[in-house]
Amino acid sequence: MVLIAVQVNGTDHQDEVEPRLLLVQYLRETLGLTGTNIGCDTSSCGACTVLLNGESVKSCTLLAAQADGAEIQTIEGLAPAEGPLHPVQEAFRENHALQCGYCTPGMVMAAVSLLEEEDQLTERTVREGLEGNLCRCTGYHNIVRAVLACAAERGMVPGSVS
Amino acid sequence: MTMGAGAFSGKPVRRVEDPALLRGEGTYVDNLKIEGMLTLHFVRSPIAHATIRSIDASAARAMPGVVGVYSATDLAFPPAPALMTLRPGAVRPALAEDRVNFVGDPVVVVVAESRALAMDAAEMVEIDYEPLGAVVDMEDALSPDSPVQYESIGSNVMIGLRSGSDDPLAGADVVVRGRFENQRVAVVPMEGSAIAVDPTGADYDLTVHLACQMPHMIRGVLSGLLELEPDRVRVIAPHVGGSFGGKHLSAEGVVAAKLALELGRPVKWVETRSENMVALPHGRGQVQYVELGLKHDGTMVGLRCRMVGDAGAYAGFGGILVLGQTKIMAQGVYHIPEIAFDVGIVVTNTTPMGAYRGAGRPEAAAFLERIVDMAADELDMDPVELRRKNFIQPEEFPLTTVMGAEYDSGDYEVALDEALRISDYKGLRDEQAQRRARGDRMLLGIGLACYVEVTGGGEEFAEVEVHDDGMITVKAGTSAHGQGHATAFAQIAADQFGVPIEQIRYVQSDTARVARGGGTGGSRSVQLGGTAVLQTSKLVVERAKELVADILEAAPEDIVVTGDGSVGVAGVPSKAITWAQVARTASERGAPLQVQHDTERAGSTFPFGAHVAVVEVDSETGRVVPVQHFAVDDCGVIVNPLLVDGQVHGGLASGIAQALWEQFLYDADGNPITSTLAEYAMPSAAELPSFTTAHTETPSPVNDLGAKGIGESATVGSTPAVQNAVVDALSHLGVRHIDMPCTPERVWRAISDARIGTLPDPWREPRTEMAAFPKEGASEEELERGAESVNL
Ligand code: FES
Ligand code: FES
Repeated sequence: MVLIAVQVNGTDHQDEVEPRLLLVQYLRETLGLTGTNIGCDTSSCGACTVLLNGESVKSCTLLAAQADGAEIQTIEGLAPAEGPLHPVQEAFRENHALQCGYCTPGMVMAAVSLLEEEDQLTERTVREGLEGNLCRCTGYHNIVRAVLACAAERGMVPGSVS
Repeated sequence: MTMGAGAFSGKPVRRVEDPALLRGEGTYVDNLKIEGMLTLHFVRSPIAHATIRSIDASAARAMPGVVGVYSATDLAFPPAPALMTLRPGAVRPALAEDRVNFVGDPVVVVVAESRALAMDAAEMVEIDYEPLGAVVDMEDALSPDSPVQYESIGSNVMIGLRSGSDDPLAGADVVVRGRFENQRVAVVPMEGSAIAVDPTGADYDLTVHLACQMPHMIRGVLSGLLELEPDRVRVIAPHVGGSFGGKHLSAEGVVAAKLALELGRPVKWVETRSENMVALPHGRGQVQYVELGLKHDGTMVGLRCRMVGDAGAYAGFGGILVLGQTKIMAQGVYHIPEIAFDVGIVVTNTTPMGAYRGAGRPEAAAFLERIVDMAADELDMDPVELRRKNFIQPEEFPLTTVMGAEYDSGDYEVALDEALRISDYKGLRDEQAQRRARGDRMLLGIGLACYVEVTGGGEEFAEVEVHDDGMITVKAGTSAHGQGHATAFAQIAADQFGVPIEQIRYVQSDTARVARGGGTGGSRSVQLGGTAVLQTSKLVVERAKELVADILEAAPEDIVVTGDGSVGVAGVPSKAITWAQVARTASERGAPLQVQHDTERAGSTFPFGAHVAVVEVDSETGRVVPVQHFAVDDCGVIVNPLLVDGQVHGGLASGIAQALWEQFLYDADGNPITSTLAEYAMPSAAELPSFTTAHTETPSPVNDLGAKGIGESATVGSTPAVQNAVVDALSHLGVRHIDMPCTPERVWRAISDARIGTLPDPWREPRTEMAAFPKEGASEEELERGAESVNL
C-alpha cells in the first residue's frame, strides 16, 4: 500500500492505495466521484479525462500513486452543487452537445482545458484539440459548436466579437 | 407567455436531462453501489472454434476474495436469450458447454469481492482446448465442407431461401451487376454492457439494473428463463451510455442474474472495452450480389438480389436482418416492377451478429444506391436524372411495394431537390470538372443517396396523472438512452395542459413504475410513445374539462385549457381553476386525475431523404477526407428540431464511418484484429466535418403526431452517399466500385489499377450453393428437399 495526499475539487484527501490502483478507480471507487466515466482499457476514449494541476489527463493512464501531491479537478468540481453550471457546461446544454452523456464529463473537462491552453480557436483546432475524446452519439457537430461558442464568448475565435 | 397548443411542440426546447448529466450525476450501472455487491469476471475463449477438453479452476477458487468459480458444468445456467431464433436447435448456452464458437465466448465466470480480485483469479483458470477448424468468411460458410458449428443441424446454413420474381431482368436493355460487401462493424456505445442484480430486496425476488433499451421485454424474458413470476422481477434501465441497438439481456447478464439468485448476494458485471468489442453483437455483415435491369432510357425493369447474411456464432439474431428489413426495403424509393431476392444466412466462428443503428435498412440503401450509380455510369446519365426518372410519386401513397411494405407517405423528389439546392450540386460539379481539367492532385467526389427506411409499427403505453400540487407525471413505455424523451414527451404533454415544461415530471425505464411498454428501438419512440403521451394527455384533459364544467356549472364544450396553467370557460378569464385545484377536486371525488392508456396498433412509418456527400480524394495516397455532408431527412412532423438534428448528426457520423473507416476484422483463424479502440477506426472529431442538415416535413398518416422515426435515418442515407462520392471522385479514371470501408489502400489500389488497366470486374457469380435453396412458397416436399441439399 502507498500513502497518497491529493486535493480533489478543493478538498484534501489522504489515502492508502494499492500501488496498481488507477487514478480513475481511486476517484470513482475510493472517493465515490463517479462523474468520471471509463470507456476503454487502452487510453483511447477520453471518457476519464480530469484536470491534474490544471491540465487535462486521461485518469486511466495514471496510477493513483503518481498523482500524489497533485491538485485534481473532476466534473463534480466544475460548478458549485447548487449553483449555476460552468460556462462550458452551459454551452453544452445550449448547443445540445450531449445525448447519452457518457462521454460528456470527459469531453467537458477536455474542452475546459483546451479553452485554457489556447489563445485562439477555430473549428479545425477545436476538432484536433478534442481528438482524444470519443463520442458515439453526437457526431461531434454540436460539441464543436459548444466549444466554439465558449471560445467566441472569450474573444478567442478570429473575427468574433467578445 | 401563453402556453397551450403549439407552445412547445416543434420548438428547439433545451433538454431537461442535461443538468444532471453535465454535473457528473449520471446513474450508469457502474456508478451503483449496493452493500455487499460482488463482481463478476468472465474467462473467454481465445480460440475461434474448439472443443473444451478440460477446465481446472482449483487454483482460481483458492485465490483471496474469490466467492466462486463456475463453468457450465458447475451450475445449471439457463440458455442465453435470443431476440429471434434463426432456426430451431440453434441455441446458445449462457456459458460455453462442450465447445467454444468464437473468440470471446464466455466459458468460466469468477465471482469475487472486487473486480481486481476477480480478474486476478480469472488468470488462474486453466482451460484445455482442442481446436476445430474455424469458418470466418460468410461465403465459405455456405459450403458443405466448412467446419460445422451445430452438429445437430449439420450445416452452417441456418436459412436458405429464394423468393420473388423468377426472371426479374427479362425485358432489360442493359443489366448492371455488382458484388458489394457490407462489412461487419462494431456498435461501440461509449458505455459497455453493464448489469447489477440484487436478490436481497423485500419487494422483488430480483431487482435488475441493466444498461438496455427494453426493460419490460427483458423482465419477461429473464423471469421466463429463471422461472420466476414476472411481477417478482423488477428491471430498471438507469442512465444508459448509448446503445444503438446493441444492449439487451446478454449471455453474461443471464449468468449474473442466475448467480445472484444462487448466492443470495448482489452481483455486478461491467464489461471492459476489450470484452465489449468481441462480446457485444456486431452489426451489418452482408455480401450482396445485385443486378439491376433497365431500359436504354433509364427506366428500371427489374432487380435481382442474391444475399449472404452473416449471423456470427450461435446464429446471432442480426443474421436474420437480411431477410427482414433489408429485403422489405429492397425496392427503396423507386418503381421496380420485378424483384427477386435470394438469401443465405450462415453461422461463422465470429462474434454473434445483432442490431446496429439502422439494422438491415442501411444495408438495403447501400446496395440499391450503389447499383443505381453504377447504372447511371453505364447509361451515361446524370445520377440525379436516373433517380428522378424512377421515383415513386407522392400521389401514389399509401403504397404497397413489390416487397410488401406499406409505405405511408413520401415526396422523394422534394427531398432530393432540397439536397441539391443546399449543396449547390451544380456548383460542386463545376468545381469537380475544373479540378479534373487542371489535373489537381486532390480530386473532388460528389455522392448522392436517396433513401427510404422503415421505423416504428406497433403500440405503446402511457400514463398521465395530475397531482394535487399541480405537477403532472407523464410515463411512457419507451426507454430513452440518450434520445431526450424526457424533453420531447414533456413538450407534447405541456402543450395539452397549457403548462410550462417544468411542471411535467417524466418517468420511464423502470418496470416497477411504468406498467408496461415496448421500450426503445427501431426509431419507434416518438411516433408510438409520443403518440401515447399525446392521446393519454388528451384523455386526462377531457376528464378535467367535464369536472370543471361541473364545478363551474358550465357546458363541457365551453371549457378550455386556458394556456396559463388553468382550465376554465372560454373567454371568461375569471371563470378558471388551476390544475392543482382540478386534481384536488378529482381526488376528493374519489377518482384521481390519472389515466393509463394503450394506443391502437399503428402501421410502420417510412422516413426518407436525400444526402449529398462531398469528399476529397488524394490521388497520390488514396486518402479520403469527407469535407462536406448535406443531409435532408424527412421524419414527418418534428416535435423538437434540436433533438432531431442531434439524432441526424450521430447517424451521419456512424454512416460516414462505415463508408470510410470502420470494419471489424478477423484473421483466417478467426482471431479478431480490431478488438480495441486503438485498432478499431471509430472516428474522433478530427476526422469528421461539420454537417449541413435540413428537413422536409411530410406527415405520416398512421399516427396522431404525424411523426416518423429519425434515430437511424441519417445512418441509412449517409453511408451510400459517401461511398458513391469516393467512387465518383475516380469515375473519370474508369473506377466503378470500391468496397467499404474505402480505406486509403483500397482507393489507392483502384487508382493504380485504373492507370495500368487492371481494374477488377465489380461482379462475379455468387456461390453455386445459393441456386439450390428452396423457393419461398414451394411445396413442403420441395422445401424439405431444398433443406436437405443445403444440409449436405
Ligand atoms: S477510460 Fe481513459 S481513455 Fe478510455
Ligand atoms: S453523448 Fe453519448 S457518447 Fe457522447
